[in-house]
Amino acid sequence: MTALLEVDRVSAGYGDVPALIDVSLTLEHGATVAVIGANGAGKSTLLRALTGLLTPTSGTIRLRGTDITHVPTHRRVAAGIAMAPEGRRLFANLTVEDNLRVAARAGRPGPWTLPTVFALFPLVEQRRDRRALHLSGGEQQAVAISRALLANPSVLLLDEVSLGLAPVVVHQLYQALPQVLAAGTAVLLVEQDVRQALDVADHVHCLLEGRTALTGRPADLTREAIAGAYFGL
Amino acid sequence: MTWVNATLQGILLGGLFGLFAAGLSLMFGVMRLVNLAHGDIAVLAAFCASVIVTATGAAPLLTLLAVAPVLALFGYVLQRFLLDRTVGADPLPSLLVTFGLAVIVQNVLLDVFSADTRGLNVGGLATASLSLPGGLRLGWISLLTFAVAVTIIGGLQVFLSSSPQGRVLRATSDDPEVARLVGLDSRHVYATATALAFATVAVAGVFLAARTTFNPTSGSSLLIFAFEAVIIGGLGSLWGTLAGGVILGIAQTVGSQVDPTLGILVGHLVFLTVLAIRPQGLLPQVVTA
Repeated sequence: MTALLEVDRVSAGYGDVPALIDVSLTLEHGATVAVIGANGAGKSTLLRALTGLLTPTSGTIRLRGTDITHVPTHRRVAAGIAMAPEGRRLFANLTVEDNLRVAARAGRPGPWTLPTVFALFPLVEQRRDRRALHLSGGEQQAVAISRALLANPSVLLLDEVSLGLAPVVVHQLYQALPQVLAAGTAVLLVEQDVRQALDVADHVHCLLEGRTALTGRPADLTREAIAGAYFGL
Repeated sequence: MTWVNATLQGILLGGLFGLFAAGLSLMFGVMRLVNLAHGDIAVLAAFCASVIVTATGAAPLLTLLAVAPVLALFGYVLQRFLLDRTVGADPLPSLLVTFGLAVIVQNVLLDVFSADTRGLNVGGLATASLSLPGGLRLGWISLLTFAVAVTIIGGLQVFLSSSPQGRVLRATSDDPEVARLVGLDSRHVYATATALAFATVAVAGVFLAARTTFNPTSGSSLLIFAFEAVIIGGLGSLWGTLAGGVILGIAQTVGSQVDPTLGILVGHLVFLTVLAIRPQGLLPQVVTA
């Protein structure tokens, strides 16, 4: 059986500066893969390449065996890849509900609709008439994840969910993850919070200066090995 | 009474300025793109109407049924295949390309239609007027222009704030990259916005031609009025643009009442005053970080 998402020796960068070098990883149906690494390790670059916001300089990205390396971003959403971007990036002048409706309209049909995301994040429903820019960081993140879910993706990319949020809020957001997986969506998440990543992922991928430094199941990795790969010791 | 008359005429003229500037405001609001060929597109629409009238004998204002869709299509194609390449953080490429476009449109019109000034004859409508108490008379064509301007600007505003397609435009305007991330084709969205803008400027161009005369080089002075209306009103706000147009219209007609040569100068002075005192304009759109 072909993997859901395959990254095959992908390199990418900005101008002449490579940010991602020969990285390969696989995401299976129903799995959660966490990509960890320090600032500038290439985590966000990997996600940008997966969404098509950045075209790899070499390598191949396959979704269910189909090469999507050069498919434009909006068509990847139709093919089943959606992302909650770093910094949330809600449409600031739109209300919460309008943010969600835009995504629901452009995305695929499926289990995630306005009522089901409201059930997942009751807070989002309470804030539905507010402008996105008037929300707290945690509320914004919940809306950003809801917005990505409304595309009904097969692959949900989460970029730095925990960034700038209180631990209790991060915990609440991650509590929604099992329901997302249960709905048939695989998750690839990028986290700076290593403990959080090890907690939720069934496979961890550590990047160091654009290259894969360590990969494996959390249970099989020692703290020392992860620290070594994370800091390049 | 002459001052009241000048003010009323100014309001009606301002409606036309507002309608004319709405497309500029829309394109800037959605794409942060300043279209320097905006005035020439209006003149192009006027020439299209003139050609249709000559060929078919149709009533000038009815030509809009053909001219507005044709210009909308032109706008769509232009944005999708040319202007889209200039959209970005740097405003210079789009300024240069639309400036070039203005030169091209002007010279093609000069080549095809010569430099002769022409007008659109709307028959009795041009001179018919509504008499008000106190000896005031308002031309029907002016009233009609104003009504059309308010209807179109109001319609655009409702479209943007309440329709699903309007929501898509606002979302793409907020963050085009994230718009792509939620599955929107930002190039199609931009092209749609330009098509709308060109349709409105076509209406403005034809009404302008029905009220006054035009020639292939009329576009650049029109562009200045449109800029002034947009800046006075506040960038990106359509009601603001209408308000800006009305203020500019009143300034021009009241100025002309003082001395016929002063009209346009007073308009410019009011614009500069607003720019000095309230550079964000009267009703700026809520813009966020």
